[in-house]
Order: sequence, then C-alpha cells, then structure tokens
Amino acid sequence: MNRSSIKGQRLGALFIIGLLMFNYPLLFLFNSALELLGIPLLYAYIFGAWATLIGVMALVIEKGR
Amino acid sequence: MQGWVVVVASFSYLGVLFAIAYYGDKRADQGRSIIANPYIYSLSLAVYCTSWTFYGSVGRAASSGIGFLPIYLGPTLMAALWWILLLKIIRISKANRITSIADFIASRYGKSQSLGGLVTVIAVVGIIPYISLQLKAVSNSFVILLQYPQIVMPATIGEVPILHDSAFYIAMLLAAFTILFGTRHLDATERHEGMVAAIAFESLVKLVAFVSVGAFVTFGMYHGFADIFDRAAGAPKLDALLTLGGAAGTYGTWFSLTFVSMLSIMMLPRQFQISVVENVNENHITKATWLFPLYLLAINVFVLPIAFGGLMHFPDGSVDADTFVLTLPMAERQPALALLVFVGGLSAATGMVIVETIALSTMVCNDLVMPLLLRSKSLQLTRQPDLSGLLLGIRRWAIALILLLGYFYFRIAGEAYALVSIGLISFAAVAQFGPAIIGGMFWKDGNRSGAFAGLSAGFFLWAYTLLLPSFARSGWLPMSFIEQGLFGIALLKPLQLFGLSGLDQISHCLFWSMLANIGCYVWGSLTSRTTVTETSQASAFVDVFKRSVEGGSRLWRGSASVDELFALLSRFLGPTKAARAFDDYARTRGARFFRDLPADANLVHFAETLLAGAIGSASARVMVSSTVKEEPLGIDEVMNILDEASQVIAYSHKLEQKSRELEAATAELRAANERLKEVDRMKDDFISTVTHELRTPLTSIRAFSEILLEDPEGEAAQRQKFLGIIVKEAERLTRLINQVLDLAKLESGRAEWHAAELSLREVIEDSVAATSGLFEDKRVRVETRMPPDVPLITADRDRLMQVIINLMSNAVKFCRAGDGLVKIRLVTGPEELRVEVQDNGPGIAREHHETIFDKFRQVGDTMTDKPQGTGLGLPICRQIIGHFGGRMWVNSEPGKGATFSFTLPRRPADSASAA
Repeated sequence: MNRSSIKGQRLGALFIIGLLMFNYPLLFLFNSALELLGIPLLYAYIFGAWATLIGVMALVIEKGR
Repeated sequence: MQGWVVVVASFSYLGVLFAIAYYGDKRADQGRSIIANPYIYSLSLAVYCTSWTFYGSVGRAASSGIGFLPIYLGPTLMAALWWILLLKIIRISKANRITSIADFIASRYGKSQSLGGLVTVIAVVGIIPYISLQLKAVSNSFVILLQYPQIVMPATIGEVPILHDSAFYIAMLLAAFTILFGTRHLDATERHEGMVAAIAFESLVKLVAFVSVGAFVTFGMYHGFADIFDRAAGAPKLDALLTLGGAAGTYGTWFSLTFVSMLSIMMLPRQFQISVVENVNENHITKATWLFPLYLLAINVFVLPIAFGGLMHFPDGSVDADTFVLTLPMAERQPALALLVFVGGLSAATGMVIVETIALSTMVCNDLVMPLLLRSKSLQLTRQPDLSGLLLGIRRWAIALILLLGYFYFRIAGEAYALVSIGLISFAAVAQFGPAIIGGMFWKDGNRSGAFAGLSAGFFLWAYTLLLPSFARSGWLPMSFIEQGLFGIALLKPLQLFGLSGLDQISHCLFWSMLANIGCYVWGSLTSRTTVTETSQASAFVDVFKRSVEGGSRLWRGSASVDELFALLSRFLGPTKAARAFDDYARTRGARFFRDLPADANLVHFAETLLAGAIGSASARVMVSSTVKEEPLGIDEVMNILDEASQVIAYSHKLEQKSRELEAATAELRAANERLKEVDRMKDDFISTVTHELRTPLTSIRAFSEILLEDPEGEAAQRQKFLGIIVKEAERLTRLINQVLDLAKLESGRAEWHAAELSLREVIEDSVAATSGLFEDKRVRVETRMPPDVPLITADRDRLMQVIINLMSNAVKFCRAGDGLVKIRLVTGPEELRVEVQDNGPGIAREHHETIFDKFRQVGDTMTDKPQGTGLGLPICRQIIGHFGGRMWVNSEPGKGATFSFTLPRRPADSASAA
C-alpha cells in the first residue's frame, strides 16, 4: 500500500489520538458539570471532540492524494 | 390509535422497502446498478444502528448518562483504521470469493469445514439475543402505541401465551418478509443489490424519525439544549447523570464498551455482509470513513435531551426509559409523530433482522448444513443434477429457525434486561472472531488449530460468563448458579470468575474470553503443525497486496476434465450462468470456448473459486476434489513446486558453472606458470652460459696481464705474444657482448631495421669483398655462381651482409688451410631466392643439424676443441633471416663438407618490414 501509506499512517495517528481523547485520562479532565454555553462540559467536550475528529478524518482521507 | 392504522402504516412501509429492493435488483440485472455510489454505501453501513440505537440508547442514557455513547465512539475510531483493515479484508474477500465471516475464517485457515461450522454456531448463538431485542422493541412499541392516548407498559413477557403474543406474530412476519426479500434466487457472489438499496433507505427513515422526535422534545417541549440541561441539573437525581461515575470501574466499562464496539463494527455478520460482501467499489471506503461516523453523531445528538425530558416528564419511574422515544410524543398528544416514531423503530428493527438473518442463513447453509449433507453417503448429493433448489430451501428454513430462536430467547430472557444489555451480549460474542480474523490477516503463522482453540475457548467463556447468567436472571437457571458458582465452587462464579471482582459484567466477560481466545490462538498456532493448504492460504491472505492478479504456481496436482468441472458448476449455478462464467474465463485465456481450455490447475482453481461464491470455500473444496482425481500433496512435493525450490536449483546451476570456469582458469594459470618457469629456466641457462662465456676470455686477459705485470723484464717476443693474446681475447669479449646484445634486441623485437630495395647479388659480392682478407689469410678459395639478372628484394642491407659474412667466416673457419674451397650459389626460385654457402670442411653430423642453431652451441667437442667463435652467430643469422620471412638450414654429412642455405621471399612478409 505504498500509494497511500502516508494516508494510512495519518489515519492511524488519528485513531490513537481518538483513543486517547475518549478514554480515561483525558476524559477525566473534562468530567464535570460546569456549563459551556449551557451545556455540561463533559457533553460539550465529547460531542465537540467527536465532531472535530470526524472533520479531521474527512480532511485527511479526502485531501491526501 | 386504531390498531388497523398502525398495521396499515407498517405494511405500507414494508411494501415500500420491498419495492425499492425489487427495483434495485432489477437495475442490477440490467447492469445499471443504483448502489454503486459511496453515499449509498455509507448509508447502508448505518444498519449498525438498530432498535438498540433507536430506543435503547435513551434507556441507557436515563440510567447512566453519557455511558450509552462508547458504542458509537468505537466505530468512529475503527473507521480511521478502515483504510488499512477494511481495504485488506475486501481485497482478500474479492480475491477468494468470500461471502461470509465463516467463509473468511474457514478459507484463511486452510479451507477448514470444521472451523467454518464452529464460526457459524458461535455467530448464530451469539446473534440470537440481538434478534430478540429487536423483537422486544417492535412488539413493545406496537403494544404501547395501540393504547394511545393512554400510556400503558406492556405486560410482563412470560404472562402472555404464545399465540396471543404479538411478538410471535411479528417474528413470523419478519421471517416471511426476509425470506421473500433475500432468497428469491441464488447468486454466486451473494450480492443483494436490492437489499442494499432498501437498507440505505431505511437508514434515512430512522434518522429522520429520531431527529424529528429529538427536535420535538428539545425545542417543542423545552426551550433548547441549555434549557433541558439546566433543568436536569436542578433535579436532584438527575444531575448525577451529567458526569461519569467517579469510580475507575466506570472508566473501565467505558473502555470495554469502546473496545467491543470497535470489534463489532467489523465482525457482526450484518456488518461484514454490508461492508465487505456487498461492497461494489473499494474507493467507497474513502467516503464511508467519515460519513458513517457523521451519521452516528447525528443520530445521537438528541439522545440525552430525550432521556432527560422523559425522566422529568415521567418522574415516578412508571414508564420504561427504553420507550421514552415513543411515549414522549404520545404524552404530548402528537399521534402523527408517534406513528412516525413507530415506523422509524420498525425500520431500524427490520433492517437489522433482514441483513443479519440473511447473512446467518448463508453461513448456516454453506458452512454448517452443506458440509454435513455432503459427507453423508446416503444422500449421494454429489450425484444430484441440480442443487440450487436444495440450497435455497436450506436458507429459508434457516431464516425461519433463527427468528423462532430469537423469539424464544425473548420469552426466556428478554424480561430481565434492558435493551442495551441484551445487545451487549451479542457484541461480546462476535468479538470472539477478532483474534482469528485480525491475526489471520497479519500473522502468517496463525493456523487452524490455534484458531479453533481460540474460538472454542472464547466462546465457552462468553457463554459461561454472559449467556448463561442471562438465563439465570430470568429464572430459567437457578440463581445459585450466579451466587455460588457452578457446583457451589466459589471460584467458578460466572460473574466473578476466579475471584476477579469489581468489573461490570461486560468487562469481566471480555477480559476472560479475550484472554482465553488470544492465548489459545497464539499458543495453538505456535505449537501445532500447519498443513500445506493453510500455509498457502495464509500467504494469500496476508500478502494480498503484494500478489499479482493471476499466475504463479498452483499448489495442486491431479487430473481433471473440463466437462466434469462444468457439470459440477452447472449443478450449483445453473447451466446458463456456469456456461457464461466459463466462457468469460476462456476468453481471458485466449480460447474461444471453454471446452478448448486445458484442464490445468488454473482452471480447477477458477472453478473452485466460482463455486465458493455459491456454497462457501470449504464445501467448494470438497466438491471439486471429489470431482477431479486429486492427489494429496506432501510438504516435500510442494517444495518442488514452489518457486523457492526452482530458485535453489537455478542457484546451484550457477555455482556449477562458476566452478567449471574456475577450473578452466586454474588450468590456464597452471600452463602459464609452466611456461614462465620454462622461460625462467631458459633465462637462468642463458645467464649462466653468458657469464661463463664472458668469464673465459676475461680469465685469459687477466692471467696474461698479471704475467706481464709480474715480469716487466720479460722477453720482448713473449711479451708481444702475450699482449697479442690479450688484445685478441678482448676483441673476442667485445664481439661476444655485442652479439649478446644484438641477439637480445632481435629476440625482443627491439632491433632497428632499415629496409631498402637491394640486389642480393650485389650484397653477396660486397660480402665476399669484405671477407677477402680472411680467405687470403687461410688460403681458402671462394667461388660464386650467380645468375646475371637477380630480382630486387626489400631487406635490411647491413643485416643481410651480417648473415652472409657470418656464414662465410664459418665456412672459412672449418675449411682446411690450403685446399679449402667455399662455393656460394644464388638460385632464383618462383617464390624466393636461395643462397647456399658450401664448404669442404669436416661436415656436421645429422644429429647436430638443428642444435647448431641453438645459442652458444658450437660444433665439436667443447672439452678438447678450443672455442673458435661465440656460438651466437648462427642463432643471430636465423633470427635475421626469420625476420625477413625466410628460412635457414644446413645440409651436411660428416667428411663431405656442409652447405648452409637460406631463403628470402621475393615479396617481403608484411609483418617483417616494420621499420
């Protein structure tokens, strides 16, 4: 898969970043009910990070040629 | 709400689904596929979201806040790896005509029928809870909706007799629908384009329905997200849900759910079917990688608001949280919305049931039933003319059976658990395929025994820690099983195996089953032998990106006939399809009709792959090998076939060649060495001889000089004599040295030649004149006989004179003084001129005729005769004459004189006159 090994590696990196973002250590940091625009911080973080991850995945996979 | 309204709505929805599927299949047959589109592909992947997503997420969120979400984060993370993993799986599956998960695993591990059967059993047992959860969701929502506008929870499951249980009828209805949907005909590739189109449609429907009710709750019932969360924070019990529980256990659960959903998105039979088997174009993965997670995000945005809305609206816990999605619009008097929600839920459930049961029935038919039937001798299946009807029948019965089993699980165990918990049981089951599949794709040494051991161990532990407790919870197994362990042994408590406590049920199950699975897989693979087929399949799978399309040696030996193979294929695919496939293949091989093809290993492989699409690779292997007379290959023989062996042979050929060349070179070197040694010897001889010759006159000179020195008053006459000798010897020495140098120059080719046109007659006359003194001294007569006209030749004048003078002085030397006669003749020949110098001396014995031309050789006994010359004269002459392209020789008999002759070519040799 040499034609897209960079793409594969970037996506692999995104995978690991996601794994870190959505699990214990980082998740714990945001685990509070403080409100961000009226939305609890935990929810805002998870959904926001999720949306961002999806966006970056889209960029990497569509743009990298 | 009138019952008939709901029923009509449901049937019309199902009708639309059916119509879409029908249209999709028709377009596929025409070759104008409507699903060859990355958006459709991505949407169809959303079959991952079932009633679990539609109803169950809200139920889970109501009890654990955001703890419902990891099930969707896992697939998002996995999607990032699809670029590597899914692409490889699709490539392998296309190359090997793999049509199900059981087929994939069976094919990878040596086309093993037993492994395929095991995978099928695990899949069926594991998915049954999942199907029952769909039935529970649909039947509950149906019953609830019927009570509109009242909100009444359905009766406890066990209380309703089967024949009055709506769930039963729903199960049967779904079975009939699925049979009609997916088993109308047999496709060799197991592709169902119509089904994919219908699934994409229903993904849209459920998304629209859920978002509608979510928007209604969030913005209709309340004033937006902030409002809902504010109020929830205010309510005492609810604000605990705004964060994750602090104990590490919650994070452990979070991670387990993420992990298990990461595996499930690939290993669920319906996901495998849609993402791999139904994949039309590998490039669709690109869009799916981010579109699918986006869908998941969209469908989950409103889960928490709905959950909180429901909790706040029904505070006393009388309404099951799993039903909030439906009961909230019902409570707010929105019948149309409620009906939409019901249809959305129906859509989610039917989508799952259709794809899952079709995938499972394919596995049951190809990997479980067919191998057993083929083995049974009494059925003589290998002789049946047409088996496609049998295959379809098996699949239909499988679908009905699976749904029936799902219903029974629903009755037995459905009450005890919330929807999500039931679903997680299935997730943990299909996660057992993970090591075998992922290991199979990247680890060539993973073999059948390892996979078998791993799958068995994992399945057993899953059943023990997750499935059986679910029966116990519902009362079908004694509770003592859970509380005290099997046979009362505390270490065997299914929820705290070997004393591991503190984990939630799923994490606990995952830990033990994965430990056993991976451990047995690795240990089994490393400690057992691998067969030939396993090794070649392992290579085919792991190296799928490195392989060229066709060709390479096939690990197969046997004899086959094209007709037999064709007959076999047409039994399963029908004669027209088989003929078309064979003819296409024939054309790629350059033949017009398949009957012209040779029945070689490639054709057998093609036939087997084609058949694998219809009945699975393990059964295809069995059928093909029973048709062709196959001979089993041993490892040794395979090594002969494989390329490595031919490489070794080629290498050894090269080595042989090299060693031969080496021998030849050595022989040459040896010969050259001999020659060098010879030359060295000759050089040593030459040097010793020369020094000897030089020393002799030097000795005389010294001796006589010393005498003269010692005796200055000696006799004048004697002094004269001695001085004369000294002078003569010095002259001789000089002559010798000159000649040695001359000869050296001649032999090494460094002499100078001045060629000119001359008359040989003149040269002879000049030479005679030059030596006249010698002749007079010794009173030897000279006679010349030369023709008057002598053609001119090109030669070096001085050298020529040197030769003639030498010959003449030799002649004089050996003539007796007084009556010596030297005759010189010149003869003109057609090609050459010949000069003869004859004397009437003592002559030369025949054995010396050649040796006198050697260096330092003088005729006569060297002991008694005083050396008269240097012994170099004749060799020099011969060199010179040879340089001009002539020859020199002697004719003589002892007592009769000697005749020295030499020839000179009339046209000079090209190589000679270089100067």
